[in-house]
Amino acid sequence: MESTFGLLALSPPGWGGTLLIALWASIRIAVGAFGIGLVIGLAGAYGKIYGGPVLRDCLSVYTTMVRALPELILILLLYFGLTDLLNRALMALDFGRIQISGVVAGIIVLGVVQGAYATEILRGAILAVPSGQIEAAKAMGMPARKVASRITLPTMLGLALPGLSNLWLIATKDTALMAIVGFNELTLATRQAASTTKAFFTFFIAAGLIYLVITLLSTWGFARLERWARRGDPPRQTGGR
Amino acid sequence: MSIATTAPPASITARAEAIRVEDLHKSFGPHEVLKGVSISAKEGDVVTLIGGSGSGKSTLLRCVNFLETPSSGRILIGGEEVRCRGDGTPADRRQIERIRQSLGMVFQQFNLWTHKTVLENLIEVPVHVLKKPKDEAIATARKLLDRVGLSAKENAYPAFLSGGQQQRAAIARALCMEPRAMLFDEPTSALDPELVGEVLAVIRSLADEGRTMLLVTHEMKFAREVSDHIVYLYNGLIEEEGPPDQLFGAPQSARLKQFLKSVS
Ligand SMILES: Nc1ncnc2c1ncn2[C@@H]1O[C@H](COP(=O)(O)OP(=O)(O)O)[C@@H](O)[C@H]1O
Ligand SMILES: [Mg+2]
Repeated sequence: MESTFGLLALSPPGWGGTLLIALWASIRIAVGAFGIGLVIGLAGAYGKIYGGPVLRDCLSVYTTMVRALPELILILLLYFGLTDLLNRALMALDFGRIQISGVVAGIIVLGVVQGAYATEILRGAILAVPSGQIEAAKAMGMPARKVASRITLPTMLGLALPGLSNLWLIATKDTALMAIVGFNELTLATRQAASTTKAFFTFFIAAGLIYLVITLLSTWGFARLERWARRGDPPRQTGGR
Repeated sequence: MSIATTAPPASITARAEAIRVEDLHKSFGPHEVLKGVSISAKEGDVVTLIGGSGSGKSTLLRCVNFLETPSSGRILIGGEEVRCRGDGTPADRRQIERIRQSLGMVFQQFNLWTHKTVLENLIEVPVHVLKKPKDEAIATARKLLDRVGLSAKENAYPAFLSGGQQQRAAIARALCMEPRAMLFDEPTSALDPELVGEVLAVIRSLADEGRTMLLVTHEMKFAREVSDHIVYLYNGLIEEEGPPDQLFGAPQSARLKQFLKSVS
């Protein structure tokens, strides 16, 4: 026991501090990617529902491709492909090469992946909003933007949150895939700690517990949010089935 | 022919036209639902549309506030013509929004916003679209809720109200806009029979205070009592129209006679 606490101590030679810094990096990537995913998803959902045929086709290619390919391949493709493309463009314009920071790259890459799933989740939720809710708003002279922000989005939130909650949990775990491009997030840091100290069990269980705590806190938070979003739902019939 | 003897009484001509529909056509794809309908409601008039299911009553009402885009024809609200492009779609989004704000629409299915309390439903557009001060909007809303007998329910969500209460709240929501005219599309058709009366009472009080209304209803007795003019639609055309006593008392067309027999 003594040695376990020693290994996990916050300051060296303990690895706790390293793990927490890596955890912080993971959380930043997950939050950023989820946020970008929501923005892409909202734009994508509205584009798929109300956009012209060209826009709709483009969005379909995006959501189908992203959802078809394994995330690991997407991350390698987007990470190396995008940085390479960016640097070529910069070289052509006589700027020097740049090194994209791991956090920024992670947020963008995972955000693009999350956006594809969010597009479908939000599209389904928007279409499930009863048309009468939107007609009442239009009939009172609400401009389209206001209808979206004040009526459609709040109404579809309760329908979208279970899917979005899943997506967030996937985001927290997909950060581990950033280890493949050498980004120092929680999983990579855990592996380094484990292989340096040979205390594999200690560190992987510690990392597992951290992911579990993130999941439990998130589930609790999303459940509260959903209860609030569904505050106007009709009372549930209880008993019988 | 002397002009003086044929001119209508001054009391009629003096009132401005609130709603005017001229030769309205509306098709959904190949299916022509309205085939040239003209109606007019002067300020203070209650004009009631009756007719069988699918005759185009809702479509006509929805064209008046452009929830449906007319295929052809003219629509004038308070003398102002809605400008349209060549394809019939409204040319000016702002104009449509302004006109919709002046027409309070009440739907068969109430359509209160489910995620807002009754009071929030009432102040939504005044505060967030018309930018009225919130306390002013709340004061107006409370007055109207009191009028429709829902003061005790201002903090309830719509799903927790009866159908009759929801429809009364929806009427109050429309009144919050201080509309020039009201459009009712079968406001009592989704209600249990015992709840119809409380909603009709509210609508009657609006008619009594001289509000302009376009009303679609199957409540023939009520229509006869409150209306100034009845329009019987059949298959997208006006089959017969006139004052209620004439239309219900001495219907001319065979179809109207048949229709009145079927609903009584
Ligand atoms: N959005 C729509 N698309 C296609 N057909 C429609 C649409 N709305 C109404 N219709 C058709 O138009 C006809 C008239 O409908 P409606 O105006 O609702 O009749 P009413 O209100 O008199 O019962 C019906 O045959 C209906 O099926
Ligand atoms: Mg109808």
